[in-house]
Amino acid sequence: MPGLSGRMSTVIKAKISKLLDRAEDPAETLEYSYQKQIELLQNVKKGIADVVTSKKRLQLQEQKLRDQVVKLDTQARQALAAGNEDLARTALERKNVAQTELQSLDSQIAQLEQQQEQMTASEQKLRAKIEQFRSRKEVIKAQYSAAEAQVKISEAATGVGEEMADVGLAMQRALDKTENMKARADAVQELEAAGTFEDLTQLGAGEDDIDRQLRQLSSSSEVESELAKMKAELGSGSSPSAGELGAGAPAGEPAQAEQAGPSQGQAP
Amino acid sequence: MIVRIATEGQYELTESDAEALDELDNHAVGACEHGDEEQFNTTFKELIDFVREHGALVAEDRLEPSDVILPPPDVSFEEAKAEFSGEGLIPG
Repeated sequence: MPGLSGRMSTVIKAKISKLLDRAEDPAETLEYSYQKQIELLQNVKKGIADVVTSKKRLQLQEQKLRDQVVKLDTQARQALAAGNEDLARTALERKNVAQTELQSLDSQIAQLEQQQEQMTASEQKLRAKIEQFRSRKEVIKAQYSAAEAQVKISEAATGVGEEMADVGLAMQRALDKTENMKARADAVQELEAAGTFEDLTQLGAGEDDIDRQLRQLSSSSEVESELAKMKAELGSGSSPSAGELGAGAPAGEPAQAEQAGPSQGQAP
Repeated sequence: MIVRIATEGQYELTESDAEALDELDNHAVGACEHGDEEQFNTTFKELIDFVREHGALVAEDRLEPSDVILPPPDVSFEEAKAEFSGEGLIPG
């Protein structure tokens, strides 16, 4: 069969015959080949452990981001209740960015999960083939003359060699993807370092570089609509007296608004 | 005939299925040659689905080389082109 499929078979066969050429004596070839298989199996196990570690790291980051979203939302409400709209907007912008990152983390974790499953399945398959090779190796050593053994070895080694090449390829691809995710995760960590606001009073100090970047990143219309919603929930309206109260009133507290406004008919 | 989908496993196909596979393979190769990524992606997916649907999974304890090895299901167009000419998916 020509084309795509032919090319790949040729490369793998070349790799296997290189492996077989290493030793002159059939028994030695068998042992060498078996040794290589065991080595690869160890590598696959290490590869799976790497993927699991990366997954755990992303899950930890996901949890932190979730906490951050909740905290920023609370801070936005507090800021708004205190009449500091700029501060509320900044908090919402950060929340917006954190939420976008959360979504991307979710899909990355799902991908790693899938890779872990695939690699575990590959490991099991390779293990079965190696076991098969091991028992065949003993039969070949015991029953065949040197000339016959060469042929038998070649057959067995080609079968298991192909599986090895394939598992190697699968692992390389999985690790490449994991590497990309790690780089992205590091970027998210920088965002996390920007963090939530430790103290609301800190925010008077004007915006820093991160704030400006965040403002560019986040969709401002989304932030504005959320801000408007939050305002409606707090029922603060545009009444200046509401700002004076300041004390972080919980959402939807009509009693307070009535007391504050001098006979102002509050809309429901 | 035994067909391996790289990174996935081996499937056993009948001779008549092999002919249909050959046809699909030629289309995929043609798409690659013409630099038609969209066409390649469609055809390659058909090719993989065909093997999965028509082939029987080869038992894990069978030690047999494949007659044909297909690139991994998530192969990119760039990789597919490289495999078709040049270094190949598995270098050296």
